[in-house]
Amino acid sequence: MYKEVLRSIEDIETMPLISLIVFMLFFIGMFIWVITVDRKYIEHMEGLPFNDEDTAEEHEKK
Amino acid sequence: MSELTSGATLEKFSYDNKIVKYFGAAAIIWGIIGMIVGLLAAVQLFLPEANLGTPYTTFGRIRPLHTNAVIFAFVGNAIFAGVYYSMPRLLKAPMWKKWISWFHFWGWQLVIVLAVVTLLLGFTSSKEYAELEWPIDILLTLVWVAFGANMIGTLLTRRERHMYVAIWFYLASFVTVAVLHIFNSLALPVSFMKSYSAYAGVQDALVQWWYGHNAVAFFLTTPYLGLMYYFLPKAANRPVYSYKLSIIHFWALIFIYIWAGPHHLLYTALPEWAQVLGTAFSVMLLAPSWAGMINGLLTLRGAWDKVRVDPILKFMLVAVTAYGMATFEGPLLSLKNVNAIAHYTDWIVAHVHIGALGWNGFLTFGMLYWLWPRMWKTTLYSTKLANTHFWLGTLGIIFYALPMYVSALTQSLMWQEFNEMGRLAYPNFLETVIEIVPMYMLRALGGAMYLSGVFILVYNLVKTAKQGRFVAEEHDEAPALAKHVPQKDEFWHRVWERKPVFFTLMATAAIVIGGLVEIVPTIMIKSNVPTISSVQPYTPLELQGRDLYIANGCVGCHSQMIRPFRSETERYGEYSKAGEYIYDRPFLWGSKRTGPDLHRVGGKYPDSWHYHHMYDPRSMSPGSLMPPYPWMTTNLMDHEDVPAKIRTLQKLGVPYPEGYDQIANEDLDKQAAQIVASLKESQIDVMPNAEIVALIAYLQRLGTDIKKVQTVENQ
Repeated sequence: MYKEVLRSIEDIETMPLISLIVFMLFFIGMFIWVITVDRKYIEHMEGLPFNDEDTAEEHEKK
Repeated sequence: MSELTSGATLEKFSYDNKIVKYFGAAAIIWGIIGMIVGLLAAVQLFLPEANLGTPYTTFGRIRPLHTNAVIFAFVGNAIFAGVYYSMPRLLKAPMWKKWISWFHFWGWQLVIVLAVVTLLLGFTSSKEYAELEWPIDILLTLVWVAFGANMIGTLLTRRERHMYVAIWFYLASFVTVAVLHIFNSLALPVSFMKSYSAYAGVQDALVQWWYGHNAVAFFLTTPYLGLMYYFLPKAANRPVYSYKLSIIHFWALIFIYIWAGPHHLLYTALPEWAQVLGTAFSVMLLAPSWAGMINGLLTLRGAWDKVRVDPILKFMLVAVTAYGMATFEGPLLSLKNVNAIAHYTDWIVAHVHIGALGWNGFLTFGMLYWLWPRMWKTTLYSTKLANTHFWLGTLGIIFYALPMYVSALTQSLMWQEFNEMGRLAYPNFLETVIEIVPMYMLRALGGAMYLSGVFILVYNLVKTAKQGRFVAEEHDEAPALAKHVPQKDEFWHRVWERKPVFFTLMATAAIVIGGLVEIVPTIMIKSNVPTISSVQPYTPLELQGRDLYIANGCVGCHSQMIRPFRSETERYGEYSKAGEYIYDRPFLWGSKRTGPDLHRVGGKYPDSWHYHHMYDPRSMSPGSLMPPYPWMTTNLMDHEDVPAKIRTLQKLGVPYPEGYDQIANEDLDKQAAQIVASLKESQIDVMPNAEIVALIAYLQRLGTDIKKVQTVENQ
């Protein structure tokens, strides 16, 4: 049955093309963002694993 | 915390360490069981007596038990331990609901126990890493949804606005595994523990390897990359080398991974365009994979002095290196010329074990050695023992993998060698097996070394726990999440990444589109599977034989897919065509030739040969490594399920005449009587409802349909 459903979709052959364009735009956008992103944001993100009690204690010991 | 308004009241909460302890312990216990089963399977490959003379402990059944136990029980529980430890801490919130955590834990263990029991009893769909039958599949779905709900709930109650990259990997793994599991497991039940795949032949193969490849990607790889991005910086006590690189790594990896599945089906009857797509994306996959490896390795920059003394970092370093090696080897194996040599051989076995033993195993060990002292507020009992474990494990991997590479190349080249007369140099398949038996022995030694290291880990962790005091709830405090004030110049990705549900949907879109583009055309376009008019549905007795073949895991050692190479057509006969498999639910192409291909075995030997060969393979093929199946000559089948099977297949579109289910067993009896008579001529007495009769009917049918065309044409 699913075969008939899929066959009945009109212009299904254009969908790969649309997905290609969408993904190209997505990746281009992502690269631009990554290159231009705020340094503070990156530092905040990098520090997240060290935000818990455990490491704070370790730091106190040092 | 830069974005939080200062002076907000701190909220107190605690992290649940008990669930982490349980998942961690479960990972070790199942890991040991999975590895012992693996070791037994490895021994059986040079000592058939180690099959212990029962169907339940024979290679065909314990091999899927080994793979399932290692993937879903060992690695699965380790993933959950890592996620339940890191996620609450990264989000400054406990896991959403404790009862869901415990439902998840016990539900997952129940699935594993059911898997152990049913796989050994022979209830299997035979699709690799998706062998479990439909009731367990449904239970698994429920448990998996609980895991996802717990993660999403935690995200919605978080106190940290941003999602660290590890969490992206956890979310992507959750949604993708859900999609893969549901689509690959689609089947129509015949009875409580038997079903037929919703797909047939080539389509079933494509869906299965779309699943199989991505089970490796989204169960063994992406969750572990999440763990790497959390535990490696923690263990090295320095942030990840490049957070920017990790963003690119994430999106590129999940987008590309989903397309690469067809590389498991190169040179098969799969349409050429799908094979090309699989190869192209597999080669591209090298870039994001190595981005991840480089990011992991360079996190250790400036900490190499620590790596020399800290066994945890040693484990993690080898894990990331193994990841890099396996992800270099993967694209290499996806090139058609390399694949022509490597496919069906031990090379693939070596490849997956670099991943499983090196990447998954070692990262798990590193994580557990790091977690245990922290949760028990103590130090590791013995660094020396951890170092011993490290070296035993590393040598174990080498002793495992190197012999497998040697045996793969040796055997593959022997398969393809022609003599001066232009005939196969080794026409007897067995010659190529006997040649590599010493390698199988060395491999088992490597496995035993690796396993013995795990026992050292158990001792070390138990001692560590004994010298400390377990902290079941770890307290922390953080301000509540303030309402976000949108900034003007915010880029869209940053906005997404603050909206976890939306982010999850985007990640889902990335993987679903890749899957659809590959699978939809194969299902839609009829010309992808050219029909062959002489190919007919299986007779009731053949169907019963086929289900026995499935239940005994014959597909674990025998392929049913002859590639279009002269070395294969000379050895096995005409190469396999897509149209020959249209009634194969599930497909049984196989992925490893420990024994010869069976696609054209029909009519090759007399019935009596099969009888003797199944009773004792070495009576017909001296030196054979195949386990004997003497019980098949005496085990009786009642065939009462045949009408239900026929009806199920009719619903799936197999053209049995209407009302055939009522008379199917009459046809079955007639065909059984013929085989009994033919065996009688060779002085073999057998009951017509013995298992061996059904199996012989199936084996004698295999690959004979297209011969009928030739006969007709000749006339």
